[in-house]
Amino acid sequence: MANTKRRSVIKLAGSAAAVASTGMAGILASGRTPAYAQTKTVHWLRWVDFVPASDQLMTKVLMPEAEKDLGIKIKFETVNGNDLQPRATAAIQSGSGPDLIQAFNNNTYIYANSVVDLTDLAEELGKREGGIYKYCRAFASDGKMFMSMPWAVIGGMIAYRKSWFDEVGVTSFPKTWVEYREAAKKLKAKGHPIGQTLGHTFGDAPTFTYPYLWSWGGKEVEADGKTVALNSKETVESVKFLQGFWKDGCDEGALAWDDTNNNRAFLSQTISATLNGASIYIETLRKPDQYQTEKGTPMNKDILHAPLPAGPAGQFGMHLNQSDMLMKYSKNQDAAKEFLKWIHAEKNYERWFVSQKGFATPPTARWETHKVWDEDPVMAPFKVAAKLGQTPGYAGLPNQKAAEALSKYIITDMYAKAAQGMAPEEAVKWAESELKKIYSA
Amino acid sequence: MAVTALGSTEVVRPSVRRRRLEDERWLALVLLMPTAILLGLFIAYPFFEGVMLSLSSARVGDPGEFVWFKNFVKLWHDSIFWTAVWNTFWYTAVTTVFKLGLGLWLALLLNRHFRGKAIVRAFVLLPFIIPTVLSTFAWKWMFDPTFSVINWSLFKLGLISARINWLGDADLAMTSIMIVNIWRGVPFFAISLLAGLQTISPELNEAAAIDGARPWNRFWYVTWPLLLPVTMVVMLFSVIQTFADFQLVYVMTGGGPANATHLFATYAYQIGIVSGLLSEGAAVSLAMFPFLFVIVVAQLLYIRRVEVR
Repeated sequence: MANTKRRSVIKLAGSAAAVASTGMAGILASGRTPAYAQTKTVHWLRWVDFVPASDQLMTKVLMPEAEKDLGIKIKFETVNGNDLQPRATAAIQSGSGPDLIQAFNNNTYIYANSVVDLTDLAEELGKREGGIYKYCRAFASDGKMFMSMPWAVIGGMIAYRKSWFDEVGVTSFPKTWVEYREAAKKLKAKGHPIGQTLGHTFGDAPTFTYPYLWSWGGKEVEADGKTVALNSKETVESVKFLQGFWKDGCDEGALAWDDTNNNRAFLSQTISATLNGASIYIETLRKPDQYQTEKGTPMNKDILHAPLPAGPAGQFGMHLNQSDMLMKYSKNQDAAKEFLKWIHAEKNYERWFVSQKGFATPPTARWETHKVWDEDPVMAPFKVAAKLGQTPGYAGLPNQKAAEALSKYIITDMYAKAAQGMAPEEAVKWAESELKKIYSA
Repeated sequence: MAVTALGSTEVVRPSVRRRRLEDERWLALVLLMPTAILLGLFIAYPFFEGVMLSLSSARVGDPGEFVWFKNFVKLWHDSIFWTAVWNTFWYTAVTTVFKLGLGLWLALLLNRHFRGKAIVRAFVLLPFIIPTVLSTFAWKWMFDPTFSVINWSLFKLGLISARINWLGDADLAMTSIMIVNIWRGVPFFAISLLAGLQTISPELNEAAAIDGARPWNRFWYVTWPLLLPVTMVVMLFSVIQTFADFQLVYVMTGGGPANATHLFATYAYQIGIVSGLLSEGAAVSLAMFPFLFVIVVAQLLYIRRVEVR
């Protein structure tokens, strides 16, 4: 039997008596509920950041500060980006889960029925920070309400090894797809292919395939948002070209890569270029001794960034858009709104933005002039990423149907099928029929 | 005295409740009730809900409306769905044959007497014991297109000159997930069949040997017929599990490249949970039911025939 000291019994009895004596009377007198009932918890679900320092900043500095300032508990949870959608679906259907869930691109439209309107907060942010970029607004707002709070854009640029391009006589980054294919052919012959995924992964696959399609003049639907227009001469040409590009210049093992594979391949020097956020470069800056070239020099001195090349119809980009949805089932909506206001306050958001070193571009114009962009010229191309993006579902809106097409990876699969050997016309026909099923429903 | 005697012999009529329980039909009902409630709650109700969901136009956050068989008609014209149907059958058939063959072989070896038998038997179970997601991640690394240890070994041995694109090529990706499934499933077959082998009296084999039967004949005419009922039950379990497999394919390929390795379960997940089209996802899941039902009924009938024989 455990020993109980006389003194501790008296202490316990004393505190119980104090609670009993102040009890209801105390609560009524103060006009407040007891402290233990006041502590609300806001659960924020986000991706595992490709810049680990930012997640550390969140957990070790920003979240504790927010807890202190707002008097709430914050549960900060990160998962692989590919798991955000399954988590959102499960939470909505069960009516419980994270209060705030990060959304990628136009996934917001898939969950539009289950989110709280954040127009007040978003418009206030826009007013304060020189306006929300059209690109970010299109993903977060359907014109009637803000389905989510714009957070940032992860600019997608081609990271490439300058010295390897120089070795094959390409001293400036190719401007067109034709030039890029020529360079890729030479690079692959030297054992340094281009690494590009065509897999089912949220970032690097669609941010390549959609702008690639647009640059050839292809589009999913007409501007009416109803007529499927994929099966065109331009799209077929783009697929034909990709087949050759894939065989001539790409690492054919990349077909099923996820968003992390190309980072590892680039850092281990098996590929010469890849479409990516700036995470590869930032990682080489963080660990200059670990990531070195074959000549023993720091790899970060040999990396440059460039936008995707232009096709016959022009040059396009689609960058991973991030926003935060406040879920309707949340019992802590007010606290979650307060938290959103807090994290978007300039002094708080800035610390996170700086920790990203340019990996993320904020959704408002004000940050274009921030000193982060002057610190490292290699990161300069990312400054205006959010300004130049085009939304999926083009020439229609990035609505629920466009979101369904994106989450089913139809455009990406069209190119993947062709890369696997399917006739270009067949691949386009297949994708067209899949789009028709969505847009005719 | 007479009064006392009469009182002591008076028949005490049991209560209505007790009388009911003495009736076998009522007793059976009462005894079955807990199981029936459990099955109803955790199998019948979700199944019914699944059927209703598949007949609706529900999306995430939107209960939708009743649309009869619209989702199934849509599936009928869905090329990815038919790829998943074919993949599921192919995957189940190939892996079951290999698991049976290798499992039986291993069971026969483990049934012999040798030093350290207990340790070897414990080690054989390892693939089955390790959580599937963990072991599958290890395999995913081994099949990684860039860093594959298998490719590295084959390259160092001089057997290949270029990398094998394990998970990037449709056929190789399917082969890869089959290899992992077989690796994981063989211990289940081996241990179950070993248990079956140990119920067979050694005297039968000895008698056959004295009569001059060679090892193969002893296996084919003595061991195999006696092992058949156990084998069929093991196969039944394995087929059900393999047919509805999810985590292995989800981790290894996510159904890719370009939907080439989707099974029923992974495609249902992709449509229902990832894309938020709950009713269509439910329809894919339910489409598995008739196929599986026919397979299971055929197997159960066969098991009954074997047992009657």
